[in-house]
Amino acid sequence: MNFEFSDEQNMLREQAQSFLKAECPPQAVRTVLDGDAAFDQRLWQKVVDMGWTATVIPEEYDGLGLSYLELSVIAEELGRCLAPLPFSSSVYLATEAILAAGTDAQKAAWLPKLASGAVIGCLADSEANGHLTAAKLTTRYAQGAITGVKLPVADGDVADFAVVVATSDAGPVLALVDLNQPGCQRQVVTTLDPSRSHASITFEGASAELLGEAGTGWIQLQQLYNRAAVLFAWEQVGGADTALNMAKEYALGRFAFGRPIATYQAIKHKLAAAYVKNTLARGNCYFGAWALSTNSSELPVAAASARVAAIQAYYYAAKENIQTHGGMGFTWEFDCQFPYRRSKLLSVNIGSEAIWQEKLISAIEAQRAA
Amino acid sequence: MDFNDTPQEAAFRAEVQNWLTANVPTEAELADMDYIGRAKLWQKKKHDAGWACIRWPKAHGGRDASAIEQVIFNQEESKFDTPAGIFAIGQGMCAPTMMTWATEEQNQRFMPPLASGEEVWCQLFSEPAGGSDLAALRTKGVKDGDDWIVNGQKIWTSGAHYSDFGVLVLRTDPEAPKHQGLTYFFLDMKSPGIEIKPIRQISGGANFNEVYFTDVRIPDAQRLGNVGQGWQVALTTLMNERASIGGGGGGVNFDSVFELAQSVDFGERPAIEDPSVRRKLADWYVQEAGLKFTGYRSMTALSKGEIPGPENSIGKLVGAPKQQDMASFALDLLEQAGVIWDEKLSERAGLFQATCMASPGLRIAGGTDEIMANIIAERVLGMPQDIRVDKGIPFSEVPTASS
Repeated sequence: MNFEFSDEQNMLREQAQSFLKAECPPQAVRTVLDGDAAFDQRLWQKVVDMGWTATVIPEEYDGLGLSYLELSVIAEELGRCLAPLPFSSSVYLATEAILAAGTDAQKAAWLPKLASGAVIGCLADSEANGHLTAAKLTTRYAQGAITGVKLPVADGDVADFAVVVATSDAGPVLALVDLNQPGCQRQVVTTLDPSRSHASITFEGASAELLGEAGTGWIQLQQLYNRAAVLFAWEQVGGADTALNMAKEYALGRFAFGRPIATYQAIKHKLAAAYVKNTLARGNCYFGAWALSTNSSELPVAAASARVAAIQAYYYAAKENIQTHGGMGFTWEFDCQFPYRRSKLLSVNIGSEAIWQEKLISAIEAQRAA
Repeated sequence: MDFNDTPQEAAFRAEVQNWLTANVPTEAELADMDYIGRAKLWQKKKHDAGWACIRWPKAHGGRDASAIEQVIFNQEESKFDTPAGIFAIGQGMCAPTMMTWATEEQNQRFMPPLASGEEVWCQLFSEPAGGSDLAALRTKGVKDGDDWIVNGQKIWTSGAHYSDFGVLVLRTDPEAPKHQGLTYFFLDMKSPGIEIKPIRQISGGANFNEVYFTDVRIPDAQRLGNVGQGWQVALTTLMNERASIGGGGGGVNFDSVFELAQSVDFGERPAIEDPSVRRKLADWYVQEAGLKFTGYRSMTALSKGEIPGPENSIGKLVGAPKQQDMASFALDLLEQAGVIWDEKLSERAGLFQATCMASPGLRIAGGTDEIMANIIAERVLGMPQDIRVDKGIPFSEVPTASS
């Protein structure tokens, strides 16, 4: 049994932790949350310089050619410090979509630039019309052009290109769309997590290039979600740990009725419950990372398990962190709002808990029927 | 990252599999035996071939095996339908305490027959006034020459009625603060003055007991640790209570409830097609998988010769309530038939009903849910203990319900 990260991967984690501790303190999150910047440009450049955006991109496209285990380590650490960056959009979604279905020409055109941080990519899937289904898609692709409205698009205001989910005569498609063209109107959307920017994008006959075969877009999208779910889950587990630690530290130092509130079982049991949920989520994330890194047929089950557990863990830890802080946790001045906001963003961004619970049972049924 | 054994582990696993395949007792071998006889026969067979208590030193009846080898043996044994153990407490808790605190002579006398199953041990800790607060125990030991004279009552003693020996903690100094007035012993369960009364449980079973002591004599030579050091010795026993890794998985689990949901209807369609059923099943699957993979992480540590992290402390706290909730949910799926508890009439011979009635005990035995949460908060998260009003004062002055 060797169900653990390697010594090298653990070293990468230590490096990432000390780097992010210095470069991405809570103040960095607050600056983006409070300010006009869409993300932390200075931090982004440093992350790019460390090669993190190039992690799993093959060396032939100027990437590092590392595995998804390394990317999982990075994801957890970015989640732990709630990095205000377009990393997930560009790396877990746009890069993954091209790696999975891009032609050699598309890979050559985009992957080196994604690796070097010269471009930022994003996924434009939602149409703000409840849970997205193939039948409900209204954005249309025809003859190299896209028309429709996508909302909300994470990092859509700062991305250079989008992977757009659209319908077409041949069925659903994924299409690559350069966002710096007149046919794309972008508008920043206010969300409940302003430390991560979002946009509404209106496509008016914008020129687009198919990614993968026409008609296979929906299947591609589900596979993309499965892969991204594992990486988001690592971010969520990292964030959940942060929320738990914040709550614990505060409870140790806050006195009520003449003693630290950390001595009260009402507080201890709440935080023990958070630890339990985080540990269960982490176990599922390990399996997700293994399935992703080995391209296992068990990925649908592994991804859904990691996603469901991580959503539950992060939300619980984040809300109970505020509760442990009492009134101060409800103030703008305190940092408790960061994980609370992020936990909700990450519990809906690629499909909500209920959707992934359904996916999990469907995947188990499929596995057992096979 | 992989799930593979090292070549050495694989070879060991194959050896275990071969031996088990050839030696697990057949129904014919076990015919006409009660569960005690069955358990003793299987234990003896394992012992004779060198597969009993394999972590123990050979001199004490073991095999000098490593921790990961023990996990592998447990995994393989659990794949067979072997007689249920009656030795878990003796071998898993009493033995490590003896090996830490008893003399070598005593261990040479007592460990081999405990390994072979010829002698069964029990643990006499809990009392009516000392459960979660174990150190509040009141059964008295008074020194008399080379003996101690014991009076009082223990409770929840699993297997006392078929045990040959037991370990127990006594209050030997009521004027010392709570934890400092305790002393630890082992004793012969056939000693004069011991009376054992089975306790009938809500599950219908009666595998634990009240044990009454009236002027029972224990030789001072059977004291483990110094007088007044009993709490420290007891911690050795308790540390071993929840140390098992890699077992479990039986009873009501995702598979059994999933299959039930496929086979029963919910309105006009199979229950498994109902979204509310699917969501609940997904949650339980995620919990089970989370525990499984957490166990794999601990196994990895053992495989590398490291000590596993604290993650495994969540097992009982997650597992016991999950059993209860899943069994209860299964009864709901069975609708009005859910109430029938009859081997012939009930689904899976009454597994769901039996688990519904047994699981409240799982949430209490070996540390209640609340105590387990305290342990996680204090030992894993490093939060302080609750403020205690019994600290630093003589035990005799600690408030009780009657004071």
